[in-house]
Amino acid sequence: MIEVEGLTRRFGDLVAVDAVDFSVRPGEVFGLLGPNGAGKTTTVRMLTGYLRPSGGRARLGGHDVVRQSVASRRLSGVVPEEANVYPDLTVWRNLMLMADLHGVPGPVRRRRGAELLELFELSGRKRQKGRELSKGLRQRLMLCMALVSDPRILFLDEPTGGLDVASARLIRELVESLNRERRITVFLTTHNLVEADLLCHRVAIMNRGRIAVIDTPRALRGMVQARRSVVVAFEDPPADLLELLCLGPDVEVEAVPSGLRIYTADPGRVAQELAARAHAAGLRLDEINTLAPSLEDVFLHVTATLGGGPDGRR
Amino acid sequence: MAAADGPLRLQLNAILAVAKKDALIYYLKAPVLIFGVVFPVCFFLSFALGRPIPPDHMVPGMLSMALFFTASAIGPLVTPWERSARTYERLVTTPASLEAILAGDVLAGTVFGLAFSLLPLALGLCATDASVTAVPLLVAGVGLGALAFAALGVLLAAPATTSPSQVMMLSALVRLPLIFISGIFVPIGEMPAWGRWAAPLSPLSYCADLVRAAFGEPPYFPPWLDLAALVAFTAGFFALARLLHGRSRR
Repeated sequence: MIEVEGLTRRFGDLVAVDAVDFSVRPGEVFGLLGPNGAGKTTTVRMLTGYLRPSGGRARLGGHDVVRQSVASRRLSGVVPEEANVYPDLTVWRNLMLMADLHGVPGPVRRRRGAELLELFELSGRKRQKGRELSKGLRQRLMLCMALVSDPRILFLDEPTGGLDVASARLIRELVESLNRERRITVFLTTHNLVEADLLCHRVAIMNRGRIAVIDTPRALRGMVQARRSVVVAFEDPPADLLELLCLGPDVEVEAVPSGLRIYTADPGRVAQELAARAHAAGLRLDEINTLAPSLEDVFLHVTATLGGGPDGRR
Repeated sequence: MAAADGPLRLQLNAILAVAKKDALIYYLKAPVLIFGVVFPVCFFLSFALGRPIPPDHMVPGMLSMALFFTASAIGPLVTPWERSARTYERLVTTPASLEAILAGDVLAGTVFGLAFSLLPLALGLCATDASVTAVPLLVAGVGLGALAFAALGVLLAAPATTSPSQVMMLSALVRLPLIFISGIFVPIGEMPAWGRWAAPLSPLSYCADLVRAAFGEPPYFPPWLDLAALVAFTAGFFALARLLHGRSRR
């Protein structure tokens, strides 16, 4: 559904997107992750026709985004990073404007508009102006505006950024159901790795304008098996806790809000040993859990391996 | 997809949608009303009041100037305003082509100019003894003039800025000198030599000339030249606007 070959974008001397290649299958939820300035939004802007690539090419549904830009834009709905509903138009006018610009016929657009407002719980706010909506409601309206043309590809650039927990969860559930029920291909950029893990069939991690890895979240977690860990918490931990537990200098230990996180390739064995040592030292265990590596671990590993770390620029 | 219309129909729909959006949002914005309506009225009155200007010269001048300011008032505002509100990004990621978006802005400016020019026309016809002797020339002059001025307005919005005030300043810088070389206050034939040389460079000269001919005054240029020049200015402004707006996105 989306094919990208050598896609490049330069701003003067800065290479924001550096010859990236990837493809997204029909019906897939594809996540593009990366630190600030990694080139995610620039990539979306090239795919959606807002920015012209400096090199390479991209096709949406077989249509080149530069040479067949109108055809490629007809396939897609876009929710950009920054809320951009028309503040002086009502919710309904915003929606109908998008339908008009996509050439959705009159009776269809009114029916679909009403259905979308119902689905996104905005029916009661039809006559409210864009400027009168909260951030969460504006985000929902932006999703309605992206969906009113019944797109085959939905571009979501940080769709839950800055939203409260309930609104973010609602947006995620809606995106998931749209993908499941309507088979819409979703291209998602996000900083929220839990969100990517929950929603995405595959993710690409981008850093400094390049794609470092692409795979399923599960396979990516498999890349960092050494990052499996044990989280342990004690009631009234003493100051010399680490010495009492006999953790050697080669063991990586991190203080987390719930206690200690101990990284190991064999969390089951370490958990048993920790329990035994705590018992021997007279410590009262509050909690002990083994944890698989998270997408966050993968992300940190990949960005550190490539050098520069988050926010690093060439 | 339900959007089954052909590409041409799609773009025509987009032109109308953009024009409707502009009308709903921008027609009543303060900068449009000040620079497009209040400004030319005050400008004209400050020149014309107390002077013995014959009505058949004053009414066409007032009409042409009102049309010039109103039709070119929308274009400079829309794009910078939308860039600043980020709605421009939304617009250009729809299937509407850049040409359709700009044509929609031109259409909105044209309709605004035509609507507001009816007021000085009606006032002039009711309050003075001026009369229209060639309606087709008036319709052609006002219609083509509105198109050319609206296209000029869209061209002035091409600089890649998010500040409407910057573009309004540029717009005033371009539009004001054109008033003085276009035969609004002094007929082109009565201007000094430099004025007669400069007058053909302004689209307003041809519009005012046609309108004046419609009110029975002898035209300075042949009417066919006025019409051709207005068409050429419209096409030229639009082509240049397309080029510059396209570049500002790259």
